[in-house]
Formats: sequence, structure tokens, C-alpha cells
Amino acid sequence: MAPVATPFFFYFLSFLTLASAILVITRKNAVHSALALILGLLAQAGLYLMLYAPFVAGVQIILYAGGIMVLFLFVIMLVNLERAQKEEQFNRQWLAGILAAGALGALLVAVFLKGRALFPASTQPIAEASNTQQVGELLYGPYMFAFEIASLLLLVAMIGAVVMAKRRI
Amino acid sequence: MLESLTSYLTSNTTPGQAGNVLWALIYIFLVFGGVSLAVMAMNWLERKALAHFQVRLGPMRVGPHGLLQPIADAIKLLTKEDIIPDNADRLVFWTAPLIILCASFAVYVVIPFGPTHAITDLNIGILFMLGVSSLSVLGVVMAGWASNSHYPLIGSLRSSAQMISYEVAMGMAVVSAILMTSLNRSGTGTLSMIGIVEAQQQQQIWYLFKFFPLGFIAFLIFSIAMVAETNRAPFDLPEAESELTAGFHTEYSGLRWSLFMLGEYAAMIAVSSIAVTLWLGGWLRPFPHALSGETWDLVFSLIPGFIFLILAAVAFLGVVRMPKDPYFRVQTMGLAGFGFLLGLIGLVLFLGPVRERIQDIFWFTAKVAFFMYMYIWYRATFPRYRFDQLMRVGWKVLLPISLGVLIGTAIVGVVD
Repeated sequence: MAPVATPFFFYFLSFLTLASAILVITRKNAVHSALALILGLLAQAGLYLMLYAPFVAGVQIILYAGGIMVLFLFVIMLVNLERAQKEEQFNRQWLAGILAAGALGALLVAVFLKGRALFPASTQPIAEASNTQQVGELLYGPYMFAFEIASLLLLVAMIGAVVMAKRRI
Repeated sequence: MLESLTSYLTSNTTPGQAGNVLWALIYIFLVFGGVSLAVMAMNWLERKALAHFQVRLGPMRVGPHGLLQPIADAIKLLTKEDIIPDNADRLVFWTAPLIILCASFAVYVVIPFGPTHAITDLNIGILFMLGVSSLSVLGVVMAGWASNSHYPLIGSLRSSAQMISYEVAMGMAVVSAILMTSLNRSGTGTLSMIGIVEAQQQQQIWYLFKFFPLGFIAFLIFSIAMVAETNRAPFDLPEAESELTAGFHTEYSGLRWSLFMLGEYAAMIAVSSIAVTLWLGGWLRPFPHALSGETWDLVFSLIPGFIFLILAAVAFLGVVRMPKDPYFRVQTMGLAGFGFLLGLIGLVLFLGPVRERIQDIFWFTAKVAFFMYMYIWYRATFPRYRFDQLMRVGWKVLLPISLGVLIGTAIVGVVD
């Protein structure tokens, strides 16, 4: 099906992402921050959909919005919110903040200006109808090694978490 | 406009794929109306069946055999005072039921009631269903937290722990079924709901029976985990009445409470249809290959009509058995009218064109209805789990078995 009202959806989803990202850092209540973050992640999933990457969008919803953020909420609800609210929300390290923001902004401008030169000319976009299959073939074909290394890294992190949480195994 | 209405009828895809917005809207209305109707019917059936399990009568007063009870309940809930607790977080309190409702209704976009009877067919169909339905836990957590009260908070904590734990086992079982779709001659699997059913049709076997007993075990794991996912007995710890009054929706009343109920039942139907699509052959009628041929096609296509005629006969039996007292005259007439309506639907289903179009929808609905009855049956039979038992079953029993089934399926698939 041909895309409908692409500019509208792009700006709408981008606005949602930005607005919720700002909400995440300005809300005093940690639960509100987490909820805003979920909204932002969902809007990002919508942006992935607009890039004809339904698989990435689906994984984004399942993993981030459905899995990780629920665990976040779970932990936040157990924290004493009243004490957390009295704490100072922003730290005062202006210099470091300005440096980090400047570096990120420079990167953004550089990519915006040189985007075409930096990245190879776009290959044929993956057809929407067989997106998942194509992703699978790429992952288990050319990128097999990187994929396995990444899964090993996750395994190590998992074992580390268990070891740290349990004194006696 | 008329042209776009009629042109779709001859095409062979879902309205979403055909890009036909008008028919997509019609399908959406049909599906959502049907689901809401099914929720009402389920409400009545659950109370009635539970009552009979416990040798009670259940609702009897509103309409013949309490048939109008769901409508009476709906009116009561709509007109009830809507209370928001003083210290509640108003915005979160407001949005929580909406999130649950949206999450459980959005999944119906990809449910295939037939090869062309789905709102649309997504390449990531099953992933979309699992992802969106996992968002409903957010609604539960938000509801529990925003109520700012003890029982809801405990309920929502329990619920988030429970739903995340069982989602893992559920996902593994689903993956093992998806793995089976890749054992076609073409060698590529699919996540699309329609594609999964078509793969079963090609391989001439329901995945329930494929690689016996691997498919069967995966199906069992899924059908246990889906009960836990929808917070139903015996896994209804988030709303355990005897300990937490009503769990996460203790503070809710009126319309908002009814939205929770609507969402819960819609989610039940949705996960049942995942199970039907993955393991029970979706819209395929029983024995499409062993009993093929025109005669068998005709015989199976007559079944929906006969089922409705039998239902009508049951209703008329009820008319005969009604007490003859004049007090019951209106109810008897109502029941007779209901039976007449059912009989009429049955007769319409015998018509040639209707028969052709309704068949796949009928088989899909019948399989889902089986699961819905099982839900009631579980609730009447099993006592509620304790929380540590629940966690033990989820992590130490279901998850290892489902991992084993996944690996087993992969090995058998390669060897086979």
C-alpha cells in the first residue's frame, strides 16, 4: 500500500519523541518520567515503521516498551518517591554539560552536511513484504560473527548480574 | 465510492493489503462490533456456566435465563457514579484503562478470520500481536500505582512480575511454532498470521500434531502462559478477590472499571486466537486433506447452519420447559423470539454465497470459542496459585521445557 501523509506522520512522531524526551528529564516524579520515556520509545517505533523496518519496530515495542520499561516501573514503584522528589533534579556541572552538548551538536551538523559522503549510497531498500526474512539472512549471513559476539556479551552480562545478586550460588 | 466498494469484493487480499481504506474501515467496525458482542456473550456465558458448575442457577431474572443481564449490567455501569480517589494521580489514573483497552483491541488488526478476512496482514504479524498485547501490563501497572492505595499497588506489582515471567515462556513456545513454518519446500519461515496458517495448509498438518509431541508440548505451554498473561484464574493474583479486594482496579468504578473488564475479555479472545492461528490451523476446517473433495466440502460447509439450528432447538426446548404461569409469559415469548432469530440465522447460513464466505470465519470462531469455554472451566476447577508457586512454575518449569522444545524442534527440523 502506498504511504499516506508521510510528512505529517514524520513530524508528528518526531514531535512526540522530542516532547516526551524533554518530559523525561523535567518531570520530578520518576514514574511520570518513565511513562514519558515509554511514549517516546513508542513514537520511535513508529519512526522505524516509516523507514520500512517493521521488524525493528516490533522488536522495539516488545523489548523496550513492553519489557525493559515495565521492569523500570517495577523498580521505581518500590523506591521511596517522596525522598527522591526532594533531591536536586539537575546537577550544576555547566562546563561538562556544554561540552557534551556541543560535541553532540557538532556531530549532528557534520552528519547533516556530509551525510551523503559518509554513508554509502543507499542500496535497494529492503522490500516491506519480506523484511523479517531479509533481516534474518543478513544477521546469520555476513554479520554472523558480530551477532554471536553480541549474544556472548549479553550472556556475560546476565551471568554477572546473577553472580552479583546472589551471594551463595 | 460505489466502485471502490464493489471492486474489493472480487479481489483476493485483505483490505489493508489492497489499500482499500473504505473496506478496511468496514472490517474494523465489523471486527470491533463482533468482539464487543462476544465480550457480552462471554460475560453471560461465564456467569451462567460458573453457576452451573457450582449447582446454582446464575442470572435468571433479567430476560429469559438472564439473557439480557449483560445489557442491564452495562446500563448500571454507565450510570454509576465515577469516583477518582482524592490522592490519586489523575492523569495516570485516567489513561490506564484506555491503555489496556487500546492494547487489547489493537491486536485484532492482524487476526486472520479467513484468508481474506483480516483487517490487514503484516509481515511481523505475530510479533505485533505479542508486542502490543504486552503493552497492556503497562495499563495494569499504571492503574495500580495511580490509585495511591495499598491493594492496587500490590496487585500491580504482582501483575508486572507475573506477566513478564510468563511472557518469556510464551515467546519461546511461539518461536518453536514459527520455526515449523520454515520447514516448507521454499525454506523460509514467516511471522505473518495469514502466512502461518497457509504454511500449515501446505504442510498438511496442524502444528499441534507436528513432530509429536513437540508441537503439543509447545501448545500446552502457550495455553498455560496465556491464562497467566490475561490474569485469569488460576493465575488471577493481580486481582485476587480474597486477598486484595479487587487488586489493581480496586479504586476504579463505573465506566472506567467496565473498560478494564472489556479489555480483559478482549485480550482473552486475542490470545486464544493466537493459539488457534499457531497450533490449531486458524480458519482451516478439520481434515481439509484427509476428507477432501466436493462432497466433504459441502458437508462441512453445512455445519455452521446446523449448529445454529441446534441452538434454536435448545431455545425452543427452553420455551417448552418454561413454567406456564402468566408471570412468565413475557419471558417465554422473549425466549421464543430468540430461538426464532437463531433459527433464521441458521437458515441464512445455508444459502450458497453466504455459506462460502462464512465458512472460514465460522471455524476460526468455533476454535476460539473452545478456548473461551476452557477459560471458564479453569476458573471453576483450579484453586489460585500462591505467588511463589506461580513464579516457580513460570521460571523453573515452563521456561526450561519451552527452551527444550525449541531446541528439539530445531534438531528434528534439520534432521527431518
